[in-house]
Amino acid sequence: MPRLARVFAALLPLLFTVTSTLRASEPDPRDWNAVLEAARSQTVYWHAWGGEPRINDYIAWAGREVERRYGVTVEHVKLSDTAEAVSRVLGEKAAGRHHGGSVDMIWINGENFAAMKRNGLLFGPWVESLPNWRYVDVTDKPTVLSDFTVPTDGLEAPWGMAQIVFFYDTARMTDPPRSMRALLEWARANPGRFAYPQPPDFHGSTFLKQALNELVEDPAILANPAEEAGFDRATAPLWTFIEELKPLLWRGGRVYPQNSAKLRTLLADGEIDIAFSFNPSEASNAIANFELPETVRSFVFEGGTIGNTNFVAIPYNASAKAGAMVLADFLLSPEAQARKQDPEVWGGFTVLDLDALGAEDRARFDALDLGVATLSPDELGPMLPEPHPSWMTRIEETWQARYGAGQ
Amino acid sequence: MAPASEEAYSARRPLSLRLALRHPRILRHVPAITLLVMLGPTAAGVVGTLLPAFGYLPALGGYAVSLEPWRALFATPGLGSSVRLSVSAGFVTTFLSLALVALIVAASQGTRMFALVQRALSPLLSVPHAAAAFGLAFLIAPSGWIARALSPWATGWETPPDVVILNDPAGLAMMAGLIVKEVPFLLLMTMAALGQIDARRSRQVALSLGYGPVVGWLKGVFPRVYPQIRLPVYAVLAYSMSVVDVAIILAPTTPPPLAVLLVRWLNDPDLALRFQASAGAVLQLLLVAGAIGIWRLGEIVVARLGRRWIEGGSRGRRDRAARGLAGLLAGACFLSVALGLVGLVVWSFAGLWSYPDTLPDNWTLRTWMRQADSLLAPVITTVTVGVAATGIALLLGLGCLENEVRFGQRPTTKSLWLLYLPLITPQIGFLFGLQTFLTAIDVDRSWGAVVLAHLVFVLPYVFLALADPYRTWDRRYAITAQCLGAGPDRVFWTVRLPMLLIPVLTAAAIGFAVSVGQYLPTLLIGAGRFATVTTEAVALASGGDRRVIGVYALLQMALPFLGFALAVGLPALLFRRRKGMTHAP
Repeated sequence: MPRLARVFAALLPLLFTVTSTLRASEPDPRDWNAVLEAARSQTVYWHAWGGEPRINDYIAWAGREVERRYGVTVEHVKLSDTAEAVSRVLGEKAAGRHHGGSVDMIWINGENFAAMKRNGLLFGPWVESLPNWRYVDVTDKPTVLSDFTVPTDGLEAPWGMAQIVFFYDTARMTDPPRSMRALLEWARANPGRFAYPQPPDFHGSTFLKQALNELVEDPAILANPAEEAGFDRATAPLWTFIEELKPLLWRGGRVYPQNSAKLRTLLADGEIDIAFSFNPSEASNAIANFELPETVRSFVFEGGTIGNTNFVAIPYNASAKAGAMVLADFLLSPEAQARKQDPEVWGGFTVLDLDALGAEDRARFDALDLGVATLSPDELGPMLPEPHPSWMTRIEETWQARYGAGQ
Repeated sequence: MAPASEEAYSARRPLSLRLALRHPRILRHVPAITLLVMLGPTAAGVVGTLLPAFGYLPALGGYAVSLEPWRALFATPGLGSSVRLSVSAGFVTTFLSLALVALIVAASQGTRMFALVQRALSPLLSVPHAAAAFGLAFLIAPSGWIARALSPWATGWETPPDVVILNDPAGLAMMAGLIVKEVPFLLLMTMAALGQIDARRSRQVALSLGYGPVVGWLKGVFPRVYPQIRLPVYAVLAYSMSVVDVAIILAPTTPPPLAVLLVRWLNDPDLALRFQASAGAVLQLLLVAGAIGIWRLGEIVVARLGRRWIEGGSRGRRDRAARGLAGLLAGACFLSVALGLVGLVVWSFAGLWSYPDTLPDNWTLRTWMRQADSLLAPVITTVTVGVAATGIALLLGLGCLENEVRFGQRPTTKSLWLLYLPLITPQIGFLFGLQTFLTAIDVDRSWGAVVLAHLVFVLPYVFLALADPYRTWDRRYAITAQCLGAGPDRVFWTVRLPMLLIPVLTAAAIGFAVSVGQYLPTLLIGAGRFATVTTEAVALASGGDRRVIGVYALLQMALPFLGFALAVGLPALLFRRRKGMTHAP
């Protein structure tokens, strides 16, 4: 097929070369009026996980509002995994599309953010120029500035707070364990009734980090890179703990659930007795959704649980940067944040400092009923910081080699 | 028409001169266009995978060719188990599916069961793999429907037993999930092939010689059917080895099959893993190619042994048990998909539904109502893309085959293998490369690009479903028509096409179903801008709520089902006064 070969040979060099796309002028975040002007009639393709109908509904609402107020159209690209959007931007960089990219905004945090930042795939800094930035709680919620200890450097705007919360069915058990060691004791008495998602799933890895935080001699070293802190010595108690827990897990640790959604399903099916999530409203939401019985309640560990912030970021080659900034600013507005925290709508916790708000905005938050199974901010207890990302990487690798590869 | 090429034609093939003169040159180019459409994207994708596999991916700072990705790949703990799992899933699934299909057809041809099986096929084929897997998982899990129906009154299980059924280390659940979906596919292919070899009369001859129906079919018909379904069998083998969605639901996770591992690496925030993922994709490709080679050798051995068995002349008259078994297994396949699906439908209307309740506590329309607003747009996109891709595939497929018939060019085995490249190449590996390529030439995220990406997968299936009926069609009909004065066009439109209407429509229905099921191509090539029923379903399924999964499983099934229903209903309607046509090959 020589003709075919010729055509292909002609196209091949294009594979990794740069196509010339007209360079759109970059918006200057400091000139907000110009940003609003440029944003009008732009379409923002917002790549965000689409696994939760109520979150999808909230995003649709935000899109409608931004269109009505600022003339910015929002298209929610529903992902099953945020990394798909990271892949997309990377693919475009590989193909040389440095302008006019397909992804305008990503719902992101943690490793995905760290990877995009490291590879220069993000636009910015822009975040601190947003008008609503002044309400963000940078003192009591330090994670809005450091994402898994990686400084955000104005490259991603905080959107919501998350903290590990456990839940259980009061109809089946009373007095849940309130620390990792208590959990182990409880598992000894109730073998096969607890599970954690398989790392490197986000929730599974977080469970390991939570355990590490409680078991390590000095939690302060977790803020430093794992190498400097002596990974092997620091994690030895963790692996002893995991080793003891393994035979007591659901299915004897031979099968792990894939993610926290599966964990919730297992709780609903009566296969396990304790599940956990990063969303403090998850239990209330699931009850409202008929996914869990009304007798389910939340609890946290006495020493606190790991928490973090999730963000929105704009890729370096986004087509609608101004539109994305306008959308991000709207998402930070007291109005949008209060609606987001309403458990009837979503139940996502706010990143704002309620004391910084005016009386009217403050009232929006005060009026919220958080739901039967949601802990109040006081009950949620102290929020533990995420360790440096290198810990997560090393822990995942070690776990994978020990338990994920079959014996 | 340039005179030079006219002479060339007449010199080589004087008989076809008249045809060549009368027909637009375009027909002669159809095979080349077809290959380009199918192989261009695949080749571009494979190159985009091969380069990073050897360390070349400038966007991530990989400029030098190295074997480092391979070292990293082989240093992966548990890689051996992953590979073993993929390979065993491939062979076991393919062998059992084929054996089951042979047994079912052997036992049922010429009986009422055959019609029953035929009728059950379209709905079974319409169920997307992932939905079937979800349904099966809910059916057989320790807290699943069967356990709920029997608990606690019969089993005494107040809480579900802590036993491994799903995600079992040997991969049995995954193989079961694949078999229940591959059997209908191979059955369809086999039934299409039966007409070509006059199986009915072969069976009658065998029976009159005193053979039992099953043995008579296996000895007299199967050896002639197999060559016609060989390529679909290879497609099943390749698919079972590299499947991702079914594996995520049913396969073991410590470690998972190779393809799942690759997806995990490609989705890892650590972008450096892409290099070893690419090497893994190449390994997957080699494994599939190797497995097909081994299967081919197996064919030769089986053919040798089979010949001896046939020549032995045993009649196998007492085959009642075999026929009973065939009925049982066919029923089990059908029931596990059907009940699983019914389970999902019940879930879509369920309020709270805890273990061990056999049915939900309360019922609600809320899940459907909540989804209703957002359903229309994805359905429209799914249908338009599917119809376009299927239409082009039919056009190209018929063009190629007509080209063969008119100009007497038989495709070489080599070009048939080329046809299979898109089917045996692991999607995840080559699509990333293809996406890079299409982005580089700036034609991604357009409707046309999505159709093109679908076409890559639709075309081989359409071609496969068309080719054998087309080639084995009795040419004497055409000769008769030509003797009566019909030109080649008229033969095509008034004799060949109507007689082949059933296989053509079946091919279209298969093609449409394949298009509806595409997830990665739609997402990657369309940049997420073309939401189809399947992309919505996969995104929502990641939330894990069986109610929502039920809604989308039904929708995902409804569209292909309409296609199959048309493929069955249309000929019946058109030929309602020409009974012979409904059975025409």
